[in-house]
Amino acid sequence: MKYVDEFRGGELGMNIAANIAFEATAASGYRLMEFCGGHTHALSRYGIADLLPASVRMIHGPGCPVCVLPIGRVDQAIRLAREHGVILCTYADTMRVPCSDNLTLMRAKSGGADVRMIYSTQDALKIACDNPNRQVVFFAIGFETTTPPTAVAVKQAAAEGLKNFSVLCNHVLTPAAMHAILSVKGGVALDGFVGPAHVSTVIGSKPYEVFADDYGKPVVIAGFEPLDVMQAILMLIRQINEGRATVENEFTRAVTREGNLKAQALVEEVFELREVFEWRGLGSLPHSALKLRPAFAEFDAELKFSIDYVAVRDHKACECAAILRGEKRPQECKIFGTVCTPDNPIGSCMVSSEGACAAHYSYGRFRDAA
Amino acid sequence: MNIVKPNYSRPLDFKQGQVDMAHGSGGRAMAQLIAELFITGFDNAYLAQGNDGALLPIITERLVMSCDGHVVSPLFFAGGDIGCLSVHGTINDVAMMGARPLYLTASFILEEGFPLADLKRIVLSMATAARLAGVPIITGDTKVVERGKGDGVFITTTGVGVAREGITLSGDLAQPGDIILLSGTIGDHGMAVLSQRENLTFDAPIMSDTAALHGLVAAMLDSEVRLRVLRDPTRGGLATTLNEIAKQSGVGMMLHESAIAVNQPVEAACEFLGLDPLYVANEGKLVAICAPEDAGRLLEVMRAHPLAREAAIIGEITEDAHGFVQMTTKLGGRRIVDWLAGEQLPRIC
Repeated sequence: MKYVDEFRGGELGMNIAANIAFEATAASGYRLMEFCGGHTHALSRYGIADLLPASVRMIHGPGCPVCVLPIGRVDQAIRLAREHGVILCTYADTMRVPCSDNLTLMRAKSGGADVRMIYSTQDALKIACDNPNRQVVFFAIGFETTTPPTAVAVKQAAAEGLKNFSVLCNHVLTPAAMHAILSVKGGVALDGFVGPAHVSTVIGSKPYEVFADDYGKPVVIAGFEPLDVMQAILMLIRQINEGRATVENEFTRAVTREGNLKAQALVEEVFELREVFEWRGLGSLPHSALKLRPAFAEFDAELKFSIDYVAVRDHKACECAAILRGEKRPQECKIFGTVCTPDNPIGSCMVSSEGACAAHYSYGRFRDAA
Repeated sequence: MNIVKPNYSRPLDFKQGQVDMAHGSGGRAMAQLIAELFITGFDNAYLAQGNDGALLPIITERLVMSCDGHVVSPLFFAGGDIGCLSVHGTINDVAMMGARPLYLTASFILEEGFPLADLKRIVLSMATAARLAGVPIITGDTKVVERGKGDGVFITTTGVGVAREGITLSGDLAQPGDIILLSGTIGDHGMAVLSQRENLTFDAPIMSDTAALHGLVAAMLDSEVRLRVLRDPTRGGLATTLNEIAKQSGVGMMLHESAIAVNQPVEAACEFLGLDPLYVANEGKLVAICAPEDAGRLLEVMRAHPLAREAAIIGEITEDAHGFVQMTTKLGGRRIVDWLAGEQLPRIC
């Protein structure tokens, strides 16, 4: 298929793999974090681990929207659907995240709550228009990629005077998570980042410059196709070999330094920084997430339904937190593949196909058998 | 003077009419629906008897029975509809047992308000599919549920067939070293249905591959190769079918991604909706597992049949205590091709 097969081709892949093997000679090895779940998925699905030399170790980052959402946030959504009787619209992955009382949105739905899976914010708006006598809440999650569509929906709802639509806003910020990863005391040691693909189309490559300049970590922004990831790994190896730390862009077909200014303006208009937001794994991070501006307060489900955020501890045996910080690998979790599987996830990393645990379980666990 | 007028009932209105509760009540309206639509459409001597069941001649061979419910939405899609799908699906299930399908039954659950025009279209599609396949629909049932309690029409078909003498095919017979063949491209049916539902349009629409495979199976059995397993990768797609077989047989598999063909619009639609064609339903494809020495001949026989022109060897059975279905990727890496994990794909078959 045009514009896709070119980035999955075997021959070119072999060439890049050969270059990586030839150049990755530093005795200290290369510890590279792919920030995004999209990259984690690509690494696993295309079996890229088999093409990398032992000196290159890929460490999965926290860039999976469903994974970083703490239990308390999903609890809020369930409360809205069960206690306030709203139609709760959500992206599919979120449906299966385990939360308090052995519930998931899916179980709440089979128990009678009106939870609807949607593909886009426009679906949620349509549901609100079609059900004028019901309150409709969009469970907005995700990094900078999914934020502009939420902004569009809120503006559209305001323009149309929709009184029955609101947003449970959980949009989070990539650079804040990268700061957190690099600042954890005794945290994971990294030599560089494979930078986000889709997020960077919105925010551009500029926000990563601080990680190169201040933390001395090379960043290479990469597309989500397997050859993109491999090329980015090669570019990181070259920076590390040359002792450089800069932001490079492998994904030039979609990412510029400035990013999508129109989308940024839209987000700026509708959202402002939260003082603090709790992430799964990374804890409470200041200025790491967004909420609706006061001008759009009537569309803020947290205010509209007065639902407070209550922090809830993760399952005792679940290692999602350490896995999200890159400190542990999925197979190092005691319950990985036994109690916790994609069919019965205990932690969020086992839910989404972008989650480190689900990716390793679904594509790579044969390596653990050897 | 005899003033009792001859029985008269107004013919069913197949243009504007709708299914109503009376069509399932057991009264005159139901008798009329059965006579004017089902008996006329399916047209065979067993149905024409008008009894509660069909009296069949003595069968001395081993019998195979299979049953399949169909709840697809939308009911009509490029390349087929719920009618022909319900005939093909059950014929294929019988054929995968190495059997020759003989008879079908059909049970309809209709929703009040369903247009009779659509019902007629579906019944005629079933009738055509059954006639082309040479497998008559010999008995059936009709029920009507209140509006809102069904989704237009659900059809359950049951098939009866006879197994070929000396042939036993079963999911637990795959052995390490055996070869896995696939009869053609994957994902066509599921994406035909899904792309229609999601209003995805392509230069050429994605066509469902729905087809009756018993002719292909007969040709394969005629070749006298040592077949172990036949299965049609319907719901859950190729990946699910292969995992089922691996589990039943207690073996592993090694597939080769480059050998598994996907039509380009199917690949594009999958990409767009974030689906993997390995997990998307097929309704006119089969997986065959045979002894390694026979694989070449079986491939030839399959490719000579119009429904398996693009047949290919896609992998082999391995010894694996974990029962992993693995695949070498086009990139040269390896991955597991796992069971589908609780994904919420809409109804497609």
